[in-house]
Amino acid sequence: MEVNTEIKSTRNMPNHLETTTLEGRNKVLGFWLFLAAETVLFACLFGTYLALRHQSMGGPESSELYDLSLIAVSTAILLTSSLTSVLAMAKMNQYKLKAMLTWLGITVLLGLSFLVLEIYEFVHYVHLGHTFMNSAFGSSFYALVGTHGAHVTFGIVWITTLMFQAAKQGITRETAPKLFVSSLYWHFIDVVWIFIFTLVYLLGKVG
Amino acid sequence: MGTLLVLIVFALFLVAIFTGGYNKDLKGLLEKSTVWDWLTTVDHKKIGILYFFSGIFYFVVGGIEALLIRMQLVVPQNDFIVGDTYNELMTMHGTTMIFLAAMPLIFGLMNVVVPLQIGARDVAFPFLNALGFWLFTFGAILVNLGWFFGNAPDAGWTSYVSLALNEYSPGPGIDYYVLGLQITGIGTMISAINFLVTIINMRAPGMSFLRMPLFTWTTFATSALLLFAMPPLAVGLLLLMFDRLFGANFFDYTMGGSSIIWQHLFWIFGHPEVYIVILPAFGIMSEVISTFSKKRLYGYTSMVFASVLISFLGFMVWVHHMFTVGLGPVSNSIFAVATMTIAVPTGIKVFNWLFTMWGGEIRFTTAMLFALGFIPTFVIGGMTGVMVALPPADFQYQDSYFLVAHFHYTLVGGVVMGLFAGAYYWWPKMFGKLLNETLGKIHFWSFLIGFHLTFFPQHFLGLFGMPRRVFTYQPNVGLENLNLISTIGTIGMAIGVLAFAANVVLSFVKKEKVPNDPWNARSLEWTIPSPPPAYNFVQTPLIRGYDAWWIEKQAGNKSMKPAEPIGPIHMPSSTFVPFLMSLSLFIAGLGFIARENFAAGILGLIMFFITMFVRSFDRNHGCHIEPEEFDQANKGVKA
Repeated sequence: MEVNTEIKSTRNMPNHLETTTLEGRNKVLGFWLFLAAETVLFACLFGTYLALRHQSMGGPESSELYDLSLIAVSTAILLTSSLTSVLAMAKMNQYKLKAMLTWLGITVLLGLSFLVLEIYEFVHYVHLGHTFMNSAFGSSFYALVGTHGAHVTFGIVWITTLMFQAAKQGITRETAPKLFVSSLYWHFIDVVWIFIFTLVYLLGKVG
Repeated sequence: MGTLLVLIVFALFLVAIFTGGYNKDLKGLLEKSTVWDWLTTVDHKKIGILYFFSGIFYFVVGGIEALLIRMQLVVPQNDFIVGDTYNELMTMHGTTMIFLAAMPLIFGLMNVVVPLQIGARDVAFPFLNALGFWLFTFGAILVNLGWFFGNAPDAGWTSYVSLALNEYSPGPGIDYYVLGLQITGIGTMISAINFLVTIINMRAPGMSFLRMPLFTWTTFATSALLLFAMPPLAVGLLLLMFDRLFGANFFDYTMGGSSIIWQHLFWIFGHPEVYIVILPAFGIMSEVISTFSKKRLYGYTSMVFASVLISFLGFMVWVHHMFTVGLGPVSNSIFAVATMTIAVPTGIKVFNWLFTMWGGEIRFTTAMLFALGFIPTFVIGGMTGVMVALPPADFQYQDSYFLVAHFHYTLVGGVVMGLFAGAYYWWPKMFGKLLNETLGKIHFWSFLIGFHLTFFPQHFLGLFGMPRRVFTYQPNVGLENLNLISTIGTIGMAIGVLAFAANVVLSFVKKEKVPNDPWNARSLEWTIPSPPPAYNFVQTPLIRGYDAWWIEKQAGNKSMKPAEPIGPIHMPSSTFVPFLMSLSLFIAGLGFIARENFAAGILGLIMFFITMFVRSFDRNHGCHIEPEEFDQANKGVKA
């Protein structure tokens, strides 16, 4: 019932539901600050990787390992998922619950396929003798890319949780800020991936 | 498997009790108890008090460790505490004082005071505030568990690799350090975001940024520092954990790792950390000196500017901890210049305090005495700071007692004296009772004299060549007398702290209540009852300038102008989820430290995510206090 009334009164509702309450504004600002901290966290992991990336200690080197076509596919998938997440937010601002859930569902599916490709990639590398434990290069590679992967995993679980909540409660002053910050998070993961693509894979290919 | 079964059955029992499935009366009784109230509180004042007392507890623990260290060093070739035990004491003294004493004491004051100073009813995220505290508590317990199970961390508070790797530090000691600090670090990070959002979004009408009291400003600067300084520590600890527990090779030279990475990550955190602890002390000084000189703070805008500049420059100087590593003359020079630049904003602050007192109507209360003692002591620490900032000279000072003297002048003479000033100043607001002034003066004088007696000789010990972190020294090389004096000085500091403890106890015994504004002070927290009611302000005040309360008093007003009509006030409800979340991370930490298999560790992490999930579905939005209920609700925080 609650959901229906929400949809009927759409015309009187504000455009950016996520910042209509103080709680919502706090959440959005707090989350931007959290992302600032996350940026520093990834910067440290990038720094570590860049310092150690030549220390393969006789194991396979980055230029032999990386398969750019696979990476290109996962990059395309993740970037597309960012687009679908934007579309979901657009639908949220129009109070179209079903369309929003569909786009979020697609986002999650794309995230999952990215994850599957990443796991495949890791398993492949381990077979080639590039492991977490056999060199500083391996440790720093898996720490950086693995932390990103862990973020993707968490994002998938998070967005799925919020989809259930939105399906149950509708697009309200309470769910909107949550959905909005989860989409901020998803974009952040994407931005980090762009840096991984450049500084790990492209740079790794040219030596 | 058996242990797991027992644990699960135990957990089920607890769930049954907490949900009232076992006995409804028991549940009601539990929820009415004071302990339950404090375990589940989300009130910023109560959380502040919890932080404050945890800080005092660990300050005493760290102090006892320091006393034992000085007892070992009282005579040459002493064999009271040697070798590993000395290393553990020295490591835990540093770790405890920085992470487990200074930080919570600061967070305590910030929590109690900042929302009151900006006219807010609570912080932006009351739930996260509680979570931050419980994460800190469980992390702190984890760090200290080493004393009882296995061994305590023993690689120095900086925990340099390769010393901190498995090969040179076998046993769980460093694991306690790594996982314990990781957990407290998450809490600290959360609190920093909370304060930033509170200060940006929750200011009362009229409270523009340049009307905020200086303590609020320094809290803002400190939180910004924390936001960017904690992640490098988190990454450093993560990598060290990978190396120690999961066989990674970040720091192992033989496998291509590099120990310098740890030093960089640690000091990118570590240097801002010293500003994180000193900036709030600067804020306290500004409030105390302005109040007890009965004058507007001299050069308010330049004070704000200096605070922000210090926090910015704080990130540009970390390599001065690594001058002797051999990063080359160019980087050493750049970082030396950057380091010396910090003396400029700090100098601005010192002169502004002096000019605030100039021509003021000074009252020598205990808080003011600590502020006065702070200035020359901190200036000495600052001057030796400029001395060690010179790379060529630093090669001589490094790893000697000169360094120990330098940072104790800034950290004890600066932070601890600042915190004592803050404690005496805000005690009536926190608890509605004044601390005794006579005992306070005994506290101040014995602490100040004891402090200088302890640490002034250490400058010379360092110049005479006594290395730090070493548990003994040779006789007949001119180190005996100064070491003896140094140890005698600690008695003075111990008496000071005992006087403070007695003062705290006496204040709780005392019946006498204080009025809203016992100090004739200037900022908003003094317009409301001491201790404040749960909702702080009946009506959000309208702010008409810097020193908001003082302006109203000068205009002959008895209270602030309200910015809203009287109406129901929204309050967040108490919750035990933060406690549970922190407990699950504690279990995870212990599980990983136990090594063997990581079953318990993974179980803890799963528990953590489940509690997070449950919290996300929680639709409890708190309650409203109606205007008719204000009088009953007006009991404030029970001390």
